Amino acid sequence: MTEILKPTRRGLLRGAAALGATGAIASPLVLREARAQAGFNWKRFSGQSIDVLLVKNPRSDLFQAAEKEFTELTGIKVSSEQVPEQQQRQKAVIEFASGKPSFDVSAISLHVQKRMAAKGKWFADLSPMIKDASLTSPDFNFEDFGAGAVAYARQADGALDTLPYFVDYWMVYYNKELFDAKGVAFPKTMDEMAVAAAKLHDPAKGVAGFVSRGLKNANVPVWACLLLGQGVETTSADGKLQTAGPEAIWAGELYKKLNKDTGPAGAVGFNWNECQTTFMQGRAAMWLDGIGFATPLEDPTKSRIVGKVGYGVTPPGPKAHHAGMFGDGIGISRGSQKKEAAWLYIQFITNRAQQLAMLKAGAGAPARSSAYLDKETIEKSKFGKQYFDCLLNSAKIARAALPQIVPVTEFRDVFGVALTNMIGGADVAAELKKATEAFAPVLVKSEQG
Amino acid sequence: MTSTTLPASSLASPAQIPAADSQDFTPRYWLFSLPAVLIVASVIVFPWLFTLYMSTQDWKIGGGQEFVGLQNFVELARDPRFIESMGHTFYYTVLAVVLPILFGTAAALVFHREFPFRGLLRTIFVMPMMATPVAVALVWTMMFHPQLGVLNYLLSLIGIGPQAWVYSPNTVIPTLILVEVWHWTPLVMLIVLGGLAGLPKEPYESALIDGANAWHMFRHITLPLVWPFIMVAIVIRTIDALKAFDTIFVITQGGPGTSSETLNIFLYLQAFQFYKIGYASAVVVIFFVIIIMLSLLLLYARQKSKWNA
Repeated sequence: MTEILKPTRRGLLRGAAALGATGAIASPLVLREARAQAGFNWKRFSGQSIDVLLVKNPRSDLFQAAEKEFTELTGIKVSSEQVPEQQQRQKAVIEFASGKPSFDVSAISLHVQKRMAAKGKWFADLSPMIKDASLTSPDFNFEDFGAGAVAYARQADGALDTLPYFVDYWMVYYNKELFDAKGVAFPKTMDEMAVAAAKLHDPAKGVAGFVSRGLKNANVPVWACLLLGQGVETTSADGKLQTAGPEAIWAGELYKKLNKDTGPAGAVGFNWNECQTTFMQGRAAMWLDGIGFATPLEDPTKSRIVGKVGYGVTPPGPKAHHAGMFGDGIGISRGSQKKEAAWLYIQFITNRAQQLAMLKAGAGAPARSSAYLDKETIEKSKFGKQYFDCLLNSAKIARAALPQIVPVTEFRDVFGVALTNMIGGADVAAELKKATEAFAPVLVKSEQG
Repeated sequence: MTSTTLPASSLASPAQIPAADSQDFTPRYWLFSLPAVLIVASVIVFPWLFTLYMSTQDWKIGGGQEFVGLQNFVELARDPRFIESMGHTFYYTVLAVVLPILFGTAAALVFHREFPFRGLLRTIFVMPMMATPVAVALVWTMMFHPQLGVLNYLLSLIGIGPQAWVYSPNTVIPTLILVEVWHWTPLVMLIVLGGLAGLPKEPYESALIDGANAWHMFRHITLPLVWPFIMVAIVIRTIDALKAFDTIFVITQGGPGTSSETLNIFLYLQAFQFYKIGYASAVVVIFFVIIIMLSLLLLYARQKSKWNA
């Protein structure tokens, strides 16, 4: 990290040249140099090559598609690999734990790996590089990144070890045709959501009032998003579990009611893809999940409800109104010897044009605010105004849904089993108490050593 | 035609060939076994000793490492999910061995007879075995979907209501066995068919003369003669069923809840999701002991089933 802050001979020469250019005596040579300084020097680390670890998804496809342009601009070669999500997380954990990761840049899921990255000191702090005008292009405009997304990526000690590039807000997809047929309005509260689901539930016609993830592990974000309606996260600011109190039980009861009473048969084994398929085939009136899953819903080759999909912000709970937030960040390995070249790469793949490309491709919600202000993109989009309104309004009330702890996966596993049991009819309070007792020692241990 | 005469010195007399019980084990020959010893030591012995060592450690990737003795084993004995996963493993293994053996043997008996298009039908029958397990699992997952899957649609055509298949804790393991039976019955059929093809005809001719019916011939001639081959199939299926992971993981990931969580899924979670390497190593050690005991039992049974000269 320190090497990038050290003045270099080239940097000093540039500084001197820039000072000379502002002076009263301006020779043609100095003027030429001054003009050169007005443009950012992308070629500064030409000839270097960097290795990048990405998660397999449409966003990484866009990153890889932009590599050629990046190399032409900077002269830096990029060797990137996309690894399926679960395996990428394992690879990151093992390689960072080794102390000598094979990559200079890595993408991570903030909702799973954020605390793990901080505790393991995986990444370099990006803040000094962002502030360094010699390393950061003037048009990078860090302020353009949404405050919520940046706060989500920022670690407890203030370090910004990853730059957020994708955020996923949880919202309610609803089938307008089914709602209109039964004269039901979009719910204004979470409790109303259960009432509306009951009215729309019609098993004889093969229509469920509500669908959400029931599969162990995958189901925890659903319950956590409902819990945000009580103004409570699964852990407190000081890291204590808040998973067996009255708020958690309320969210658990609502989860149970929605999935057991108004969910489709077999919801207990549904991950997002089964939910998506069920909703897409017109077999569910509402679906609570991330907005990032919208793309196939408006694809006539895959969906039977094209043009009938409503995009609603997660309704408020009894005490608060939040949209569960999840997201990905990208950072530079602390042990990398090519931090500066890596930083140029991160700047490039998170610039305004790339983030807009992400939005246009339906590859997810970008972290940059300016992407949503591009009227041309919105007008040409197949999603329509309601989708973008939902996106922007969700961003305003976004809050991390999953706990920012090291053993997130174990948390999801333990509480996921409890939620699955609830759909099967088990007592909510007893299941949450049992899960909390099982997980509490794991959490305590995770922060030791 | 030319003849070649070997020098007398190159022909070893019987007296010069060392007898099996008087082979020369002098150290100068040990060198020749060194490559094999090194390979076995590095790829089998060392990993096992290291796993045994790791099972006595409390080590989570990214965290500290501490010697805890047998603590991991004590915790496993108290871990309800581990106990439950052992039960699931045995339940799954018994069904995944017995059913393909029964159906595979029956299919072999059918395909052993002469009938039109036998070759074509036999080829079609063995096709599932050639499919990649993960691809098979993905296709079955789609077929099991309670609302949109083709299986419930087919059931509806004959007036049977929709089933939950892998989406219910009560039916998940039998449904996974359905996939296993479809996938691996052809393997058993091929093994048993190979055995049937090599059976002598004389006992059957004698039995016919003595007035034996088809059942008597199967019970008292075919089954005893083909039993060693069935034992081979049982050994292969048991090993396959015990190590089953891909199909279960792709279709259910051990769910709903923990209803189909076998030892392999439990082990995967501990090692590669929770990164508890010490705890996972203890699971491996216990699993190893179980496999060794089961293998010894099967080898003993196979030895007993050999034809008597």
